[in-house]
Amino acid sequence: MTTQSLPARTDAPARTEPEKPARGGRRLLRERAGRTHHAGPLAYILLVIMAILSIFPLYWTMVAASTDNTRVSQTPPPFLPGPNLFSNLARAWDEAAMGKAMINSTIVAGVIALSTVFFATLAGFAFAKLRFKGRNVLLMLVIGTMMVPPQLGVVPLFMMMSELGWSQQLPAVIFPTLVSAVGVFFMRQYLSEALPDELVEAGRVDGAHSLRIFWSIVLPVARPAMAVIFMITFVHAWNDFFWPFVVLDMTNPTVPVALTQLSAGYVRDQSLIMAGALLGTLPLLAMFIVFGRQIVSGIMAGAVKG
Amino acid sequence: MATSTTKALAGEEPPGPSRAGDGKETSRRRGAWLHRLDVKGAPYAFIAPFFVVFAAFSFYPLVYTSWISLHDVELATLDVMEWVAFDNYVELWGDSRFWNALQNTITIGVISTVPQLLMALGIAHLLNYRMRASLFFRVASLVPYATSVGAAALVFTMIFERDFGMINWGLGLVGIDPVNWEADKWPAQAAISTIVIWRWTGYNALLYLAAMQAIPADRYEAASLDGASRWQQFRHVTVPGIRSTIVFTIVLSTIGATQLFGEPLIFGQGPNGVTGGANNQYQTLGLLLYEEGWKNYQMGRSATVAWAMFMVLVLAFVAQRLIKRLRSRTS
Repeated sequence: MTTQSLPARTDAPARTEPEKPARGGRRLLRERAGRTHHAGPLAYILLVIMAILSIFPLYWTMVAASTDNTRVSQTPPPFLPGPNLFSNLARAWDEAAMGKAMINSTIVAGVIALSTVFFATLAGFAFAKLRFKGRNVLLMLVIGTMMVPPQLGVVPLFMMMSELGWSQQLPAVIFPTLVSAVGVFFMRQYLSEALPDELVEAGRVDGAHSLRIFWSIVLPVARPAMAVIFMITFVHAWNDFFWPFVVLDMTNPTVPVALTQLSAGYVRDQSLIMAGALLGTLPLLAMFIVFGRQIVSGIMAGAVKG
Repeated sequence: MATSTTKALAGEEPPGPSRAGDGKETSRRRGAWLHRLDVKGAPYAFIAPFFVVFAAFSFYPLVYTSWISLHDVELATLDVMEWVAFDNYVELWGDSRFWNALQNTITIGVISTVPQLLMALGIAHLLNYRMRASLFFRVASLVPYATSVGAAALVFTMIFERDFGMINWGLGLVGIDPVNWEADKWPAQAAISTIVIWRWTGYNALLYLAAMQAIPADRYEAASLDGASRWQQFRHVTVPGIRSTIVFTIVLSTIGATQLFGEPLIFGQGPNGVTGGANNQYQTLGLLLYEEGWKNYQMGRSATVAWAMFMVLVLAFVAQRLIKRLRSRTS
């Protein structure tokens, strides 16, 4: 659904200002008329190999999670699922703190994704359609922040959190990632294309103030891009590792933090470890199966990497 | 129409009747003033949240890191900072663990990034054909991207296990002796790179694919009229056509490579994780940063490692620039 709505507004009205070529929505998934080469058998074979290599480690996670510890450690390794999948998943949920981790990760990723979407839409709208002094410089600044690896500030950030009393607390992982430069840039590109200036002007003529215009005119138009930003941010927040590992502990972990503990255990129960890994991946996998098309188009449209 | 709307957007007062009643006049004035404030101020209010959060949780920590690196700070007593000037840097310079971690970061970075981007280029080329099930292949290539570092590293740790791992079993089938993937330096680095390559190849392929689809078809037509083979078209039309995306992915991969942390940590399975193996054979700068701060409780030295990482990143980009300039001079 997003593939139709996200890209390709070739009929977009002429803009009142020159626009830099967007690396965004417009060219997304536009099928080139001149692309005539059809895939030959070799291309299919290579792509099937690629798909198998991509999926196999996850498949094998499931296999290992469905057998028991002794079977996993035999040679040749098992290639078919065993009978213990659900009992192992249940054990991982209870024993390995995965239950708490799943709930924590849902809260963390959900809040971060919602706030990223909201602030990205707000700022993206301003950068795309409002005029103000310093707009281009500020936009460059936003893009520049993408180049700053977050790991570098981890020591002061840790001090800040312990001063705020947030060590081992979820706010410590939520607050630093409430916004995303990629999200802002993506939304700016999208709205430049998808939101006709006339709509904004009509709102002004009707006497609507900016927030009102944002609420009733921009939000409905921005919805497809908001969905993409939400999903991609959710994936990144769910999988974020370094900072949560530093600031959280096993009493209150997110999924990736709990997974490290699984592997560090003194008694190495391989099928339990794999059950935990599978459990922690399932929500995202489900999302990819349902919304794969939108996520693919979003990544192709925005070069999105958190 | 365009001019009137530009004025409205720019917040200029619309020309109104000059002789209105007094009360009407003030309320109209107030309305106009509010409108002006809204038009002038709202954009800044809309972008402010981004900059406030970034300043508080990214920029300030980054700058403050350099200040901390000039002090001795212990994890247990974070508010006690003892000024030591550049002692931390001097010690780091003389510390063989730092040079080891730097070397490991570079080698793992190269053997994970180069094959990754080359394979991504090939996959993107294949995905760019007209074909059946193209959506399936695209989603399949993204499945590793949906897997967290934790889960991916755990599976690969098991696949690379010395005694019962699938890789060694496969090697045994063709008569190769089992490899000790964790304890030996180069096998360990290769295994860790495999995790990185697995997770990011498909993602990069989709970025390349998006760029390839934007190359105008007539360039290919012109090339094939000139008798260019498919391979020549790929080299002389496709690759130059997606050059800026290639640069973008190189930048992102380089940043990712200098920060590498989760894969080696989990690959080391707990006790050996933070030190990057019993002999630090795969300790990266990211792991050293964590070890100094949260295992040795030396936050000042940890901050010093963070700055060293930043310098490595800067140097990497300077080097890339130089190589690019040299290549364009020789060609």
